[in-house]
Amino acid sequence: MKLLLIAPFLLAANTVLAQTAEQTPPAAEEGGLSGSVSDENDWQDTSIAITDFVTDADVPTATNAGTTAQLGRGLSRIIAGNLRNNGLFKPTGPDGLPQPLFGEVQAPNFGLWQGRSTEMLVQGSVRAVGGQIAVGCFLFDVALGQQLTGATWTVAPGDWRRAAHKCSDLVYSRLSGENPFFDSRIAYIAETGPKSRRIKRLAVMDSDGANHRFLTTGQAMALTPRYSPDYKSILYLSYLNGNPRIYVYDIALNSQRLITESRNPTFAPRWSPDGRWILYSMAIAGNTDIYRISALGGASQRLTNSPGINIGGSFSPDGSKIVFESDRSGSQQVYVMNVDGSDQRRISFFGGRAATPEWSPRGDQIAFTHIAGNFRVAVMSPGGGTLRYLTDSWQDEAPSWAPNGRIIQFFRTERGSGKASLWQVDLTGRNERRLPTPADASDPAWGPIRP
Amino acid sequence: MKRLTTLLMLTGALGLAACASKPPAQLPPEPGPASSTTNMEAQGSVPGSQADFQAFTRGQDTIFFETDRYNIDSEDVAALTTQAQWLLRYQAKRATIEGHCDERGTREYNLALGERRANAAKSYLASLGVDAARLSTVSYGKERPAALGSDEDSWSRNRRAVTVTID
Repeated sequence: MKLLLIAPFLLAANTVLAQTAEQTPPAAEEGGLSGSVSDENDWQDTSIAITDFVTDADVPTATNAGTTAQLGRGLSRIIAGNLRNNGLFKPTGPDGLPQPLFGEVQAPNFGLWQGRSTEMLVQGSVRAVGGQIAVGCFLFDVALGQQLTGATWTVAPGDWRRAAHKCSDLVYSRLSGENPFFDSRIAYIAETGPKSRRIKRLAVMDSDGANHRFLTTGQAMALTPRYSPDYKSILYLSYLNGNPRIYVYDIALNSQRLITESRNPTFAPRWSPDGRWILYSMAIAGNTDIYRISALGGASQRLTNSPGINIGGSFSPDGSKIVFESDRSGSQQVYVMNVDGSDQRRISFFGGRAATPEWSPRGDQIAFTHIAGNFRVAVMSPGGGTLRYLTDSWQDEAPSWAPNGRIIQFFRTERGSGKASLWQVDLTGRNERRLPTPADASDPAWGPIRP
Repeated sequence: MKRLTTLLMLTGALGLAACASKPPAQLPPEPGPASSTTNMEAQGSVPGSQADFQAFTRGQDTIFFETDRYNIDSEDVAALTTQAQWLLRYQAKRATIEGHCDERGTREYNLALGERRANAAKSYLASLGVDAARLSTVSYGKERPAALGSDEDSWSRNRRAVTVTID
């Protein structure tokens, strides 16, 4: 028995989300379906059946999904939607599939599924435990007749969708060999109104667009948000009081403060991966430089000191280097420097302009906007190696990485109308999709996996 | 005054030469009561008001820039000189210079570029004797276009710095 499951009722009732499963270590003979997105066909074509998550007792819950049985259907639909919308695998169900009894959740009728030519099977359970919801999630290899992995989470009723994202991540990670990304959130700018006078509001949502919330009213224009790694606050630019300044917005307290008391305009806020540092760019007499300040406040350290516009900045995952944008050569290009500002050198030599660099959370690539006529999202190596385009449209800009560094989110502006929308593309450039948002949308910033 | 006349003639010639990327030196008057008047003594403008400033400058409250540039060229000099004449007459008035960019730039860079353009205008006004303490700047990047098309003509009208006096 490789998999040890702890019964849900043993969980501490006050944990918001407790993961209690042992994942089977990827054994060599199982040939874990690993692969990078650039040669992913082996696992991308895997067929996966996802059945309704079933309950031992259909009882009302405090969730907005209904009873435990309704919740079970909701969970499996979210999981199937996650995999389908991201072009991952070949998911089927839960509609149109034979549904398991509660006792079959961890002991599927493999013969039935082998007959349906399904390679993988995802089943799950839902139980009301005290005021909480316990969700079990199990992945089976149908041909082997074996469970590959499984986990159980206990979530607060308001967090029930997170269990579906955790299950999606479990399945995705086990089959692809990649790190998870579904259990994450996105901050962005919601746009409404005419092109000459757009209303721009700070908004947040889950990675699948659910739990959408506007954080600002739109009275002051908001731009360029960045979620803190712990999801407790958001850095963003606001025209509150008429001038563009960077604020830290505390989500729980619904309050905000300036990151620096300077009267100069500040732009382009960024967090360090550990959340202890903030980068911002500040214009003094028209010249813009990049500064670093502790997230707790204090004195700022100026990192660039070059005539022109030095702006943005994105930390390498280990926090030792910063990739940023500068027009010191005469046009926007991408540069790398040490975290103290030393050893600044240009890495983009592709012709045209190179802007908005973002270091992959895996460290192996830098996403950026390449401008040569149209604006296209592209990637290059941190040494400035080969440029590879991921998109081809009139104006795609501001790439932001998924927590696992396998998907890039950006915004696309329509020629003429100026309408903007959020898009995702994988590293092959083949799987591109628009994210549904209640209004037009720009400046997506993908946060890390939720703590 | 003779110098200014020469400068204006020169500006006209340059305006023709550079018409591909900059809008006409003299924009058609914008709709609305304030800017449709043609001189500062015109009816309705309180002397020293923003409406008066707009009437006096006759479209030259705005200067325009080439793609990715922020330098003050001879056309801009003529406009800023006109602005300075008014600002030097009304010494108590403060003004904000709004820097803007066209939509064909990335958002954050354009915020910084708009600030650089607004500062270029501010510095030039200061060099003409306007106290810099009376002038503030704000950049709107590409967020507040004046011309709404996605074409060279619209973009050339959006790469601008607009002086707005504070009533």
